[in-house]
Amino acid sequence: MSAAATLEVRNLRTHFFTRAGVVKAVDDVSFTVERGKVLGLVGESGSGKTVTGFSVLGLVDSPGRIVGGEILFHGRDLTKMSEREMRDLRGNRIAMIFQDPMMTLNPVLRVDTQMIETVLAHKKVSREEARQRARDTLGMVGIPSPDERLMSYPHQFSGGMRQRVAIAIALLHEPELIVADEPTTALDVTIQGQILAEVQKLASTTGTSLIWITHDLSVVAGLADDVAVMYAGRVVEKGPVSQVLDVPLHPYTAGLIGSVPSRNKRGEPLRQIPGMTPSLLNLPPGCAFRTRCPRAADVCLTEPGIRELQPGHEARCFIPMNTPTEQAA
Amino acid sequence: MSETVTVPPRAIDAGAPMVELRGISRRFEKKLDFAGRIAQRLGANVREEVVHAVDNVDLTIRKGEVVGLVGESGCGKSTLGRMVAGIMPPSDGRILRDGTDLLDRGSAAARELKLRTQMIFQDPYASLNPRMKVADIVGEAPLVHGIVSRSGYDAYVDEQMRRAGLDPAFKRRYPHQFSGGQRQRIGIARALAVKPDFIVCDEAVAALDVSIQAQILNLFIRLRTELDLTYLFISHDLGVVEHISDRVVIMYLGRVVEEADTETVFTRANHPYTQSLLASVPRIESRKRAFSAVKGEIPSPLNPPPGCHFHPRCPHAMDRCRVEKPVLKEVAPGQRSACHLNDAA
Repeated sequence: MSAAATLEVRNLRTHFFTRAGVVKAVDDVSFTVERGKVLGLVGESGSGKTVTGFSVLGLVDSPGRIVGGEILFHGRDLTKMSEREMRDLRGNRIAMIFQDPMMTLNPVLRVDTQMIETVLAHKKVSREEARQRARDTLGMVGIPSPDERLMSYPHQFSGGMRQRVAIAIALLHEPELIVADEPTTALDVTIQGQILAEVQKLASTTGTSLIWITHDLSVVAGLADDVAVMYAGRVVEKGPVSQVLDVPLHPYTAGLIGSVPSRNKRGEPLRQIPGMTPSLLNLPPGCAFRTRCPRAADVCLTEPGIRELQPGHEARCFIPMNTPTEQAA
Repeated sequence: MSETVTVPPRAIDAGAPMVELRGISRRFEKKLDFAGRIAQRLGANVREEVVHAVDNVDLTIRKGEVVGLVGESGCGKSTLGRMVAGIMPPSDGRILRDGTDLLDRGSAAARELKLRTQMIFQDPYASLNPRMKVADIVGEAPLVHGIVSRSGYDAYVDEQMRRAGLDPAFKRRYPHQFSGGQRQRIGIARALAVKPDFIVCDEAVAALDVSIQAQILNLFIRLRTELDLTYLFISHDLGVVEHISDRVVIMYLGRVVEEADTETVFTRANHPYTQSLLASVPRIESRKRAFSAVKGEIPSPLNPPPGCHFHPRCPHAMDRCRVEKPVLKEVAPGQRSACHLNDAA
């Protein structure tokens, strides 16, 4: 592993043992996030992107369990850590931002109470110093008059401001890694633009690494350095953003890109992917995308592994697109 | 369930207006509570809170057109859509449908015209009765309105389902047995079953995954040509609106700020709000760009800023914008904008 990697996930498997059967929500997922870089984790509902994020923070609850693989944070395997050790890391060196800021915020406590508590949980400082830190962080995420806002309750903030508070709490300890799960999905475009601008600035100035979980390829296009595309619990393609979005190798990635309205010619039919995402309880054998894939062949009945097809650009497909041989043909 | 691929005609029948809104407003009042009423009687300065959800909007939708209605939360786009669809009466103003006043309650013609306007909602989970079978959801209204007879009922329902891309074999199922995309197709089949010529889509694809969203958008495009439909397409997603609309109307805090054909809006937007909205939209073509940010938040519609509603966030705001409400007027052929900057030049 390279020295600069903040997080390296290797062959992660998180399964849910339900009455209806074993749901392989995350199945053999590997990726690396380097210092100060943004990884976009993209997928549709049920693709396992959120469970991957929860696994990194050790937040998977019963009936779910990490059944295999390693999550190396600066070389230390998080899956082998005790709950006490995880608590030392969580909120301190690894933080999470949720889609709904009310999952982070306690509705009956003032913002200052919640922020000071978070600071004191991991640092031996005076309340006054903790308060200073809380105020500075609120200012950093673009909240006007942070002194007054510290005295407010969460319901007194608008949706966008609440998300900023949640981001500020995540930033209190200057974490090395932030896992952000669809943090701008519920926000209006102009507010989303503001938050993306703040996050971008933070990643480049503080060297924080980010895993940005989203279903929106357009956000990833502008924000991320690398992207991993998930389908039915597996990473089907990953690589640098420009490579993956400009010359996708996996037919699913190509289908997703084709489905985004803005890129297509106006009024003409979108290049849609037929069918719908299969239930994780009953995946087709072989490649999970096979039943919706225009390129599927007999070989796809066996399960493809992920391979590096271009430098730094990997795909889980037997018949990838846009390869040099194909372009020559 | 792949849609047949046909390219719809781009030429718009620039003829008769199908829907005309004239000075439409909608206010929501929050009645005073008991304590408030007592305080008022004792002479305290308490007033009922009034939200101007839609404030004096004029809008014309021509036959065969797809009009995209865009805005952020609280701008009144859904309220406007509901009034156009006839399911919410406006506080002021007139709605003309094919030249007839829709608000004329007694008239049989108005009732008939209302039936020809149908609505498709955002949440396919909430807009279908969970206790009804799909066949009844789709077939009830045409039966009641005498569009289909008892004997032709089954065949009619099958045809409606097939047209929306649903297998008629599923018609004895209940809504919960379908996925989100299929439920939206049920909603579409239900709307089309009464043979409307005008459809109001309120965030009809917002709740769907990208690949399913593309399928439903393609279905809308196909149905438009097949059935000669006119759409009012309400969405916060500029990408979707750019893709499907011929003309785009942009609202901010209850007022229309700009209106033009799609090409013009996306290449030569006039209003500063439209410009900043477009700048905020993440684009799949962009790479590692600095996101530009409009400053400030969307003000509360309970207490909108005076003058031009956008002035506190506008980079070009001047004194006049703080006091005088700009009127929507033509700035180029087919492009209307409500901004004082157009007078300054």
